[in-house]
Amino acid sequence: MFDISITTSLGDFKLDVSFKSESMVTALSGPSGSGKSSVVAAIAGLLKPARGKIVVNGRALFDSAARIDIPAQKRGVRVVFQESRLFPHFTVAQNLMFGRWLAGKTRDRQFDEVVSLLGIEPLLARRPRKLSGGERQRVAIGRALLAEPQALLLDEPLASLDAGRKEEIIPYLTRLVANAKIPVLYVSHARDEIERLAQTIVKIDGGRVIEVERR
Amino acid sequence: MFNFSAEEIDAIRLSLWVASIGIAASLPFGLLIAYVLARKRFPGKLLLDGLVHMPLVLPPVVTGYILLLLFGRKGPIGAFLEQTFGLVFSFRWTGAALAAAVMGFPLMVRAIRLSLESTDRRLEDASRTLGANGLTTFFFITLPLALPGIIAGLVLAFAKALGEFGATITFVSNIPGETRTLPTAIYTFTQVPGGDAGAFRLAAVAVVIALVALVLSELLARRTAARIDG
Repeated sequence: MFDISITTSLGDFKLDVSFKSESMVTALSGPSGSGKSSVVAAIAGLLKPARGKIVVNGRALFDSAARIDIPAQKRGVRVVFQESRLFPHFTVAQNLMFGRWLAGKTRDRQFDEVVSLLGIEPLLARRPRKLSGGERQRVAIGRALLAEPQALLLDEPLASLDAGRKEEIIPYLTRLVANAKIPVLYVSHARDEIERLAQTIVKIDGGRVIEVERR
Repeated sequence: MFNFSAEEIDAIRLSLWVASIGIAASLPFGLLIAYVLARKRFPGKLLLDGLVHMPLVLPPVVTGYILLLLFGRKGPIGAFLEQTFGLVFSFRWTGAALAAAVMGFPLMVRAIRLSLESTDRRLEDASRTLGANGLTTFFFITLPLALPGIIAGLVLAFAKALGEFGATITFVSNIPGETRTLPTAIYTFTQVPGGDAGAFRLAAVAVVIALVALVLSELLARRTAARIDG
């Protein structure tokens, strides 16, 4: 599912990460500042590595040797960011429909299904500022799911939430991840979340892979 | 006291028209230049920045003279535009609009650039990961988020354009009903005996227009900001 091998330097920090995972759900784990988010940015196409290759589900998204660098908007890799990054001038419904509309889809049955799976029907007309942290993350997950993803990157989706809010989202996440038909990369440093969700756990520290654990 | 003569009404109407057209026509260019200055790195960026700001620091008469040289009927750009589009600037209201646009341009670009620089780039990244290309992201995310700054820039430029005197009179002279805008009309009144009342009335109008524009822009900016923040 994921075949990653990239090197790049970000200021003083050197990122040199290689791993392969054939699991549907792969966890990327490590302390803060270990390079997790940079790996996510590279896979999403928001950060261009100096060298290496990024293959997701058999599709080469980046390959410096073959001069492949598919732009972010054509990768089909959807990201749920730690800080939601919902568009503040759109309503929840507009946020959910933005990527879906760009993918040529309408507000159809799948839209209703995802909305009800995430329990966000009552929020559709609201603006992101009026939402709690947990609600925001559920909308962000919905927005990524509805944009016809070919792969999903969850970058510490629970990190900014307190314990209560985490418990509120975890059932949705488990359901979603258990039914995943696309590769999912779940980034977190919380052991319990990872063990519940992933079959392969990649641990990184200081910009390097230190262990790959298959469960 | 406030019985406006036809001549005064003409000057007011012409001023509003000239400033509106000038600013509206320069907005697309202002957006483009502000975006390039805020987001791109390229050789000659400092030069472009300087060029945009020239009308702010040059004596307006010099700006007007340069416009005359470039956009006059015998000037390189003026001759080209007349032959290709039949567009004439010299001694026409279109020239007054051009002078207004050029003088307001630095203020417009500055305000838009500042607000583009302060918009959250991470939202643009999010938009790209959802499948939006650069142009779609610009029109659906960047532009709406920068709207309060764009409105501020428009109003500043409009106010500057409305008060434009030196460049206008140098470039297109002071022709009643064609290029005699509010400031030139006030100036004309002060030059003739018995013109005091007219000058005073027009000056009062200028004050009112400026005040209304400022209040309106503040209200608009607040409303847009409230909409963005929810």
